[in-house]
Amino acid sequence: MRRLTPFLGLFVFIAAWDLAVRLTGAPLVPSPWEAFRGIGELTARGLLVKYVVASLFRVTWGYLLALVFAVPFGIAVGMSPRAQATINPLLQVLRPISPLAWIPIAILWFGVGDFSAVFLIFLASFFPLAVTAMHAVHDVDPVHLRAGENFGMSRGELIAHVVLPAIVPQLIVGMRIALGIAWLVVVAAEMIAVSSGLGFLIVDARNAGNRYDLVVAGMVMIGVIGIVLDLAMRRLEKLDFVRWGYVEG
Amino acid sequence: MSKVEISNLSMRFGSTDVLRDINLSVREGEFVCILGPSGCGKSTLLNIVGGFIQPSAGTASIDGVPVTRPDPRRIFVFQERGVFPWLTVDENVAFGLFRLSEAEKRDRVTRYVQLVGLAGFENAYPRELSGGMKQRLEVARALAVNPDVLYLDEPFGALDSITRLQMRRELLRIWQAEKKTILFVTHDIEESVQLADRVVIMSARPGRIRRILDIDIAHPRDLSAPRYIQLRDIIFSEIGLAHQV
Repeated sequence: MRRLTPFLGLFVFIAAWDLAVRLTGAPLVPSPWEAFRGIGELTARGLLVKYVVASLFRVTWGYLLALVFAVPFGIAVGMSPRAQATINPLLQVLRPISPLAWIPIAILWFGVGDFSAVFLIFLASFFPLAVTAMHAVHDVDPVHLRAGENFGMSRGELIAHVVLPAIVPQLIVGMRIALGIAWLVVVAAEMIAVSSGLGFLIVDARNAGNRYDLVVAGMVMIGVIGIVLDLAMRRLEKLDFVRWGYVEG
Repeated sequence: MSKVEISNLSMRFGSTDVLRDINLSVREGEFVCILGPSGCGKSTLLNIVGGFIQPSAGTASIDGVPVTRPDPRRIFVFQERGVFPWLTVDENVAFGLFRLSEAEKRDRVTRYVQLVGLAGFENAYPRELSGGMKQRLEVARALAVNPDVLYLDEPFGALDSITRLQMRRELLRIWQAEKKTILFVTHDIEESVQLADRVVIMSARPGRIRRILDIDIAHPRDLSAPRYIQLRDIIFSEIGLAHQV
């Protein structure tokens, strides 16, 4: 019984959804079963796998590029008070701009296509990752930095052997948040900038004959994949060399 | 020639006089405790000798060379939070050995893990160790690079009193085995008399040396011997405390 508890809310929600559709007789809103049939139809037409792969492909590239640039950037800025004083205000101004506001500029620079979408995901992931790395550097215990210096480490060695491992636990939390944002953004980007992927599926299903069952099927898939991504990131927190950052002692 | 030579050393932070005119010389292999009340600048003094802080005036020299920055030949041991939580016991001990070959690294790690009594815990992470074990791990990490001087800044301050006694015995054993010069900062009078060859008694801020006392008792020391009690009482009265609660 206990093991079913997490699914209880889901069952109630689906039941309420079904009931609401039956009672109101809304013509366009699909019932849960129609949505699930939609998933079946998309699978049968080979679109589901194709679109999921397309979305994940864009997220992977945008996110990994952001990781590669944002983490060294955040560490470098975090370690230099001067760089921080210069760059932090800029970051704080850029950060609240929704990545979606960049869509016109993305299309202007990269045209309609994968590059635009990847660019938007890059932007969406870059800021949370850079800010996390920057703050995490500040939280490195000075005692550990001093120990590194005492053992004769150069600045580069200190970063590799002390700063980086010290910030990984916080970084993983930032990576989880950034991936969540990236997954939100890819759907939006695909609605405008490309003609494949789960975001495109949703817009396309509506435009091509009000197929709201497919719209909701797409939404369900987005939710499911989002959970899977988050669970995968959570597993990172269990790694032996980062667990100290989450448990006391 | 003395190992550590501190001459006419003073330290000011802004308008605060922290240390005034410190002169001290420490022989090779000697165990010196720097004892004083909180805020007397004894930690600052140790940090200057360790090369982490530059003095306002005067010098600290080791082997005749003025100290200007930290040096792996002299290792600073903090309270037990100085161990790296992301490394295992073995990896912590190997931390300072990053320029050595794998084979030599392995030899030294094995040796010092044994020396401090952590055999069997090689693959444990610090979060799985007790406070005393973490402290021993930090000592092992320091000893592994074969320094000639160890600086200990109230290393046992966070441990419970029983573990603290055990750790003192361990430290003496290691000191006798490894023949290091040790500068040990503490505010615990008993601790200084139990450990040191000489106790440097400091005054409250601005820190000055009030007196340097030879502890002429052989190890292992009997904590109820008349001479032990006598020396302890000299320090009590020097600091201006009657030892009554």
